[in-house]
Amino acid sequence: MDFSFLFQSISPLTISDLFHQFAPLTITGLALGAIYGLIALGYTMVYGVLQLINFAHSEVFMFGTFAVAWVVVFFHGTSSTSQGLFSTLGLLAICLVAAMLTSAAIALLVERVAYRPLIRKGAPKLIILIAAIGASFSLSEIMGLRDQIVGWFGLKDNLSNYVSQARNVYSSPITIDPHGLFSIGNYRVTDVDLLTIGAAIVMMAFLDQFVRRTRLGRGIRSVAQDPESAALMGVNATRVVQVTFLIGGLMAGAAATLYMIRIGTTRQNAGFIFGVKAFTAAVMGGIGNLRGALLGGLVLGVAENWGAALFGTNWKDVVAFVLLVLILLVRPTGILGESLGKARA
Amino acid sequence: MSTSETPDRMVKVPSQPARFDLGFLRSRSARTSMIVIGIVLAYALPLLRPPIITTPDSDFGGVMTEAASYALVAVGLNIVIGYAGLLDLGYVGFYATGAYTTGVLTSEHFHWPFFLALPLAIGVTMVTGVILGAPTLRVRGDYLAIVTLGFGEIIRISILNLNWLGASAGIKDIPSPPSIGPNPVGATGDGLFQIPHIAWNGLVPLIDTQHTTPFLVFDVLDAIPYYWLLLTVLLIVILADYKIKDSRVGRAWEATREDEDAAELMGVPTFKYKLLAFALGAAIGGLAGSFLASGQGGYINPNSFLLLYSMLFVAAVIIGGAGNRWGAVFGGFLVAYLPERFRTLSDWRLLIFGLCLILIVNVRPQGLLPPRRTRRALAARAEIQELEGEAVDV
Repeated sequence: MDFSFLFQSISPLTISDLFHQFAPLTITGLALGAIYGLIALGYTMVYGVLQLINFAHSEVFMFGTFAVAWVVVFFHGTSSTSQGLFSTLGLLAICLVAAMLTSAAIALLVERVAYRPLIRKGAPKLIILIAAIGASFSLSEIMGLRDQIVGWFGLKDNLSNYVSQARNVYSSPITIDPHGLFSIGNYRVTDVDLLTIGAAIVMMAFLDQFVRRTRLGRGIRSVAQDPESAALMGVNATRVVQVTFLIGGLMAGAAATLYMIRIGTTRQNAGFIFGVKAFTAAVMGGIGNLRGALLGGLVLGVAENWGAALFGTNWKDVVAFVLLVLILLVRPTGILGESLGKARA
Repeated sequence: MSTSETPDRMVKVPSQPARFDLGFLRSRSARTSMIVIGIVLAYALPLLRPPIITTPDSDFGGVMTEAASYALVAVGLNIVIGYAGLLDLGYVGFYATGAYTTGVLTSEHFHWPFFLALPLAIGVTMVTGVILGAPTLRVRGDYLAIVTLGFGEIIRISILNLNWLGASAGIKDIPSPPSIGPNPVGATGDGLFQIPHIAWNGLVPLIDTQHTTPFLVFDVLDAIPYYWLLLTVLLIVILADYKIKDSRVGRAWEATREDEDAAELMGVPTFKYKLLAFALGAAIGGLAGSFLASGQGGYINPNSFLLLYSMLFVAAVIIGGAGNRWGAVFGGFLVAYLPERFRTLSDWRLLIFGLCLILIVNVRPQGLLPPRRTRRALAARAEIQELEGEAVDV
């Protein structure tokens, strides 16, 4: 039996490629991983509090990417240009706010429609999972049918810049031109790389402090630890769940902005694969663990890039999932373990 | 005896509202005849083409074949999710393994007959299930979900990138199961005999001798023989499912699902039984995949095995009522049938499907046909709640 077909892509050449391209692969991997990490925060928070996989979170992220593109179209028009990061900072700030608000609103909507009624009824976890899958389908389809939905209100022509060809790729008219700042190895680190990684770390740090130090954060931790005792101590569980979804949505909005700065195009199903990756990152880092989510994201992003260099880009998702399995075999609760409830104040 | 038992039972559960009296169905002969009538109806459904139920925009026989295939998958997945309580989000991987093993053995690289390839496909899928399960079933429930999801994707991406498996072009010309009787393809006089369809003039059924189904010819012209074959397989699998669920194995699964630690303490080797559930579920997935490959078109490609289908399969089991095989059958039927029935809605189908999922779980949080045990547990909880007032609310 000839097994060469399995390994055709590993050759001395690709290994030396990995060696020579080590710095660029690692840094762009970290930047991609930072985006995974920010999305993963949403999965990990909801899981920590409810022990549920929020399947609709990928759509929360997807709506954020559209919000960014729409804001750019609104202020800039549809003529495509390419600009540096610093000349667009003001616009990007507005995009960030818009994306965070949109994603947070969608996250709250998901909580209200798919989760709260079922949690109140004491439905089994799997049933809530199905509701989340239903919400995910619906949100993605609403985005894909937005031209027809807008058509009901007779606004299709007025809004054609925003809704036409709803199922196709939708791109932001401004592409951000990365600007090299300094070199590491043979790679010039760009301002976009720094912004992506830096923003993720800063937001992570803020969130971590929020959960550790504030009253609301203590509430979140108490519900994650023991919902019944928390309720007896006067913690409003519904409110805590709401805040959890809100924070997850805000982080997904930030991730969406960074995603659009780096990649620039989106579509109605863009959230799906990113959502799966982000969830993988959350599990890898230890689900329910905030720092683990970011760490998992970074590890996943870098591993994917290295894997792509070694085995070819087609195999990078396989590398990601195999790595997940290996990590879970060695550390069954992820790299840093599960601990939303256990974090010390 | 039986007359004195019935009122006794009524006294025991006074809080349960009497729905409608099905007492006459309790006798053994009535039950048997109901089951026989049900099975005959199921076989005849694509011939009867009853109005309202039939799909106006696509071939009803084809839709019913797909529905039977989904029902088979759902019964297999029900063993994993419903009986053993393991959330498997990558079930489509087993479906793909079965389909591709059949494709490779009968068309792509070898030219085995279908019924020789089928057992091997089941075996290969079962081994795949064990290989996946042995390391991953040790991780706790929720982690299993993402690991299996990853497994499903690994299988699909591997198929997509391996030329040996046809890559993105897929495998074509997979032979159908062998026909019975003379079979000149395309002629109307083939098969052992012809079965006429029913045409409906309003509500009046008419025998339609223009459209007939040859018994038993598997070709591209008519999906109904494939449906019969799948339905037969489904019934056999359900029969086996009854046997295994009512055995020691079924009880071990139930104990493991309800409380793994307690089951282990009682001497149930939980890991072994979880692995068995995984392997059996995988084997049934492979069986269904094998029939998909050798189906009407005889063509498979990686797009038949998207992650989306795993979600649909899980949705089928859970909205049907996890743990009840008839619920799984019904759920599988619904998930395949509804989008085809409402094909006129074209673009809006998926949106409506998503909204329906949310609606169904809200209206029936235990699934459409919950297992008897869940119903009893619910009744018990309602009773406790009634006794303790509003206090219990978790």
